[in-house]
Amino acid sequence: MSRTIEIAGRVLDHVGDRAEAEVVVTGGSAALTRFANSFIHQNVAEDGYEVGLRVAVDGRVNAATTTSLEHLDEFVDNTIGIAKLQRVDEGWPGLTSPTDVVDRHHFDPETEAATPNARAQQVADFVAAAPEMKAAGFCETLGHDVAFVNTAGHRAFGKYTRASIDGIHQTKGAAGSGHATSQRLGDLDGAAVGALAADRARRGTDAYDIKPGEYEVVLAPEAVGTIAMFLAYYGFNGKLHAEGQSFVELGEKQFDAAIHLYDDAIDPRAIGVGFDAEGTPRRRMELVSSGVTKAIAHDRRTARNAGVVPTGHGDPGSELWGPLPTHVFLEPGDSSVEEMISSIDRGLYVATFNYCRVLDPKALDVTGLTRNGTFMIENGEITGAVTNMRFTQSFVGALAQGQVRAIGNDARFADSEFGPGMMYVPSLHLDGWNFTGGAAG
Amino acid sequence: MFELAQAAVEGALAAGAQYADARVVVSKNQSIAVLNQEPQSVDQAERAGIGVRALTGSGWGFYATSDLTTAAARRAGEQSAAISRASAMVPGPAMPLAEVAVVAASYETPFEDDPFAIPISAKVDLLVAVTKTMQEVDGIALASGTLAFWDTNKWFVSSQGHRIHQHLVESGGGYDATAVGEGETQRRSYPQSFGQFETGGYETVRRWDYLGNAGRIAEEAAALLSAPELEEGEKALILEGSQLALQIHESVGHAIELDRILGWEAAFAGTSHLELEKLGTHRYGSPLMNITADATLPGALGTFGYDDEGTPAQRVDIVKDGIWVGVLSGRDSASIAGLPPGGMVRGDGYSRLPMVRMTNVGILAGDSSLDEIIADTKDGVYMSTNRSWSIDDKRLNFQFGCEIAWEIKDGKLGRMVRNPNYTGITPHFWGQLDKLAGGDEWVHWGTPNCGKGQPIQVAHTGHSAAPGRFANVRVGVRA
Repeated sequence: MSRTIEIAGRVLDHVGDRAEAEVVVTGGSAALTRFANSFIHQNVAEDGYEVGLRVAVDGRVNAATTTSLEHLDEFVDNTIGIAKLQRVDEGWPGLTSPTDVVDRHHFDPETEAATPNARAQQVADFVAAAPEMKAAGFCETLGHDVAFVNTAGHRAFGKYTRASIDGIHQTKGAAGSGHATSQRLGDLDGAAVGALAADRARRGTDAYDIKPGEYEVVLAPEAVGTIAMFLAYYGFNGKLHAEGQSFVELGEKQFDAAIHLYDDAIDPRAIGVGFDAEGTPRRRMELVSSGVTKAIAHDRRTARNAGVVPTGHGDPGSELWGPLPTHVFLEPGDSSVEEMISSIDRGLYVATFNYCRVLDPKALDVTGLTRNGTFMIENGEITGAVTNMRFTQSFVGALAQGQVRAIGNDARFADSEFGPGMMYVPSLHLDGWNFTGGAAG
Repeated sequence: MFELAQAAVEGALAAGAQYADARVVVSKNQSIAVLNQEPQSVDQAERAGIGVRALTGSGWGFYATSDLTTAAARRAGEQSAAISRASAMVPGPAMPLAEVAVVAASYETPFEDDPFAIPISAKVDLLVAVTKTMQEVDGIALASGTLAFWDTNKWFVSSQGHRIHQHLVESGGGYDATAVGEGETQRRSYPQSFGQFETGGYETVRRWDYLGNAGRIAEEAAALLSAPELEEGEKALILEGSQLALQIHESVGHAIELDRILGWEAAFAGTSHLELEKLGTHRYGSPLMNITADATLPGALGTFGYDDEGTPAQRVDIVKDGIWVGVLSGRDSASIAGLPPGGMVRGDGYSRLPMVRMTNVGILAGDSSLDEIIADTKDGVYMSTNRSWSIDDKRLNFQFGCEIAWEIKDGKLGRMVRNPNYTGITPHFWGQLDKLAGGDEWVHWGTPNCGKGQPIQVAHTGHSAAPGRFANVRVGVRA
C-alpha cells in the first residue's frame, strides 16, 4: 500500500465523526538539473509529503495543509477547531459521494527512480548538439502518488511521473529554444531537442528590426501552448465565467471551425491523476468543437452555483483562481510547418512567446513578446531572423472564424509559460497577429 | 534545530563536499479571502523541513526533505553531495565563494501585534465590512478582499561555522472592486494591486485604513466603465508610487541581478541588458535616479537580518545620480565578478536552492510632491495602480497597464480615462525622469509574488517609491 493512502487514512480516522472532511495526500520526489553557460550549475532534488485537509463543521469550513507527519493529530484538531469559529459557508457544496475513478497510472518507475546521472546525460546530449554555442536549460523528473479519502466514503488513488528537457542554445546576439515533455524520461531525446534549439539560434543571427503591424504568422507549439493556457485560465474557468469575467459564451461559434479543443486527464498521453482534490473523477470534456464553445470547467462549488455537475477541476487554489482545464489537447491538422511557410507571401514564424500578461480578462487582450526564434517569411521561405517583437492581441480574436489558415500535424506537449505537461498542441498558421512594437520600442 | 542542520552539513562533508550549508525552516502561513461578503477561503499552511546545499566543483547540489529526523537530515546532506558530484558530467569552471564573516547570531522582525494571535473572525469581519462597503456602490459586481500572514523560523548552519537563527514576521493584504461591462471589466485595488505587504505584525494592516478607502475605490471602478479610453500618444507620464515601485521591480530590480548578468538564468527568467564591464560608467537614467538595495529598512518586505548564505543584511548603492554602480549578488556570483558579496541570496522555504533575489530595491525620495508635479505639467497623464506587466528577457522593452488614469491639462487633473498603459525602453525611459516626489509620499511598497528560478520560487521583495514624472512616453497602446 502506498504510504500516501496510509497517511490519508490516519488523518481521516482522527477526524472521526467530528466533521465532514476530505483529505488529499501527495508524496514522492522531484529533481531538476539546471545548466547555464553549457555546464550544470544548479542541481536539486526533494522528497516529502504534503497533507491537505478540508473540513466542514455544521457548514463552517476550514482548510489547511502541512508537511509535518509527526503531529498529524494536532493538525487535525486545530483544523477542526478553527472551522468551528468560522461563519457558516452558505456555498459549501458538500463532499463527493463514492464514485468510480478511472486512473490509468500515468506512471513510469524508471522515471520516478531517475538518477542525477540520467538527467545529466540528457543535459550532456543537449549541450553537445552545438558545442560552439552557450547552452542553458533544465532536465526534470518527478514521481508523485496522490491519495484521496473523505468522510462520505469516497476513495481514490493515482500516481504519475513527468520528465522534461528544455533549453536554449545561444550565439552572440541570438538564441533558439527546444522543449520536450513526456511521462517517461526514456522518451526524451536531449540531442534532438538541443539540435532544434541550435538550428533556431544559428538561423537567428543577424536579426534585423521590422516595422510593427499585423503579420500573418506561423506559431510553433510553445506559442500555441501559451494561447491555449490563457484560454483555459481566463476563459474556460467556471468561476470567472460566473463572475462575468470570461469571454466564453456557451453554444456560440466563437472560434474558427477548424478549432477542436478538449481537456482530458485520462488520455494515455496526459500527465497527472484521474481525479481532482475534491475526489471528482476527471473525464474528457469538449471545450470547443468545430469552433463552437461547448463547456467550462467546474469544481464542486462553481458547479453547485451553476446547477451543473462538477467536471473534476477542483484543484488546490481553485476556490480563489477558479477551476481551469490543465490537460488540454488541441486537435492536430494535417499540415506540416514547411507547408504552412510555403503558403505565405510575407509573414513571421514565432518559436515562443515571453512574459504574456492580460490587459483585460474578458476581451482576453494580451501583451507579450516573441523570444528564442522569430523569423521573416517571404515568398514561401524563411529568409532571415528578426529581432523580438512586442504584440498586443486578443487571443480569442486570433482564433476567430476565418483566422485559422492551417493546423499543424506536429502536436506535442508544449511549455506554456505556466509550466510543462499541461498543453498538448500543434503549430498554427494564423491570418494575422498584431505586433505593436519592435526591439527599439 | 541547529543539531539537525549540523547533521546535514556533516553528511554532505562526509560524502565529499568541499563546502556545505543547511537550513531548517519551519513556517506557517495564513490566508483569508472574502468575495462579496462571503468567506471564499480560510487556509492555514505549515511547512517544515530541511534543505542542504553542497559544493564539490562547478555546480551546487541541493537536497530537501520534510523528514526532520537526524538520520534523514544526514541522508539529505549525503544526497546533496552526490547530486553535486553528478554535475561534473557537464562540468564548468570551479565555483568560488567570496569570504564573509563567520557569525553565530540571531535576528527577529520587530512587530507589535502577532498576526496569528488576532482571531480569524476579526480578519474575516474586516474583509466582510470592506466588501459590503464596495458592494453598496452601484455597478460593482465583485468586491473581494484578502489578508495573508507569514511566520518563519530559520536555523542556518554552514561548514565554515555559521549558526544563525531568524524569526521573520510578514503581514498584509488588500482588496479590489470590479465592475463588469458588456465587453470588458474594470478594476480598482487598494492599497495596490495584489495588496500591500510588509515585515511586521497586524499593525501593518491597521495602518492602511481599509474601510476608509473602500467607497472611493468602488466608485472609481464603477466610473471607469463609462470613462473614455486613453488616447494613443506621447506625453508626460506621472506614475503613482506603487506603479513606480513595479517599474523599479521589473526594469531595474531584475536587470541588476548578478546571476542574470552572468547568464545563469538565461533559459527561463532571461539575462540582462547590463554588461559588467560598464559597471560604474553606464548611464541608467536621469540624475534624479538614485536606487539602493537596502535589506535593513525597518518595515519593508525585503528586510531581514542575514541572507540564506549567512551574509549580513546591508545597503548597497545600485544607481547613483543616474549611473549604474551596483548589483544584487551572492557569495558565488560576487566572487566570479570580483565584487563584495551583497547578502542577497534567499530560498523559498526549506525546499528550494537559495539564489540571488531582490531585497528592498527602491528609489531614494525626491524633493517634490504629487501636487507640485501635476501643477508643473502642461500636457500629461497620471496613472495609478498596476493592472498588467510585461517586459522582455533582457529587461529592456516593457509595456505596463494601470487600473486608472487622469488627463492633466495646464497643471490641473482632468477627466478620468480607462485602460491606460504605456510602453518604453528601460534606459531611455529612466533618462526621462524629471520630477520625483518624497516626504510622506515615499512608501516601502511590498511585492509578495516575485517568481524566479527552476523549480519556480516565490520571493517577497520591497520597493520604496514615490510619485514621479517621465517626459515623452508612448501611452495608449491598443490591440
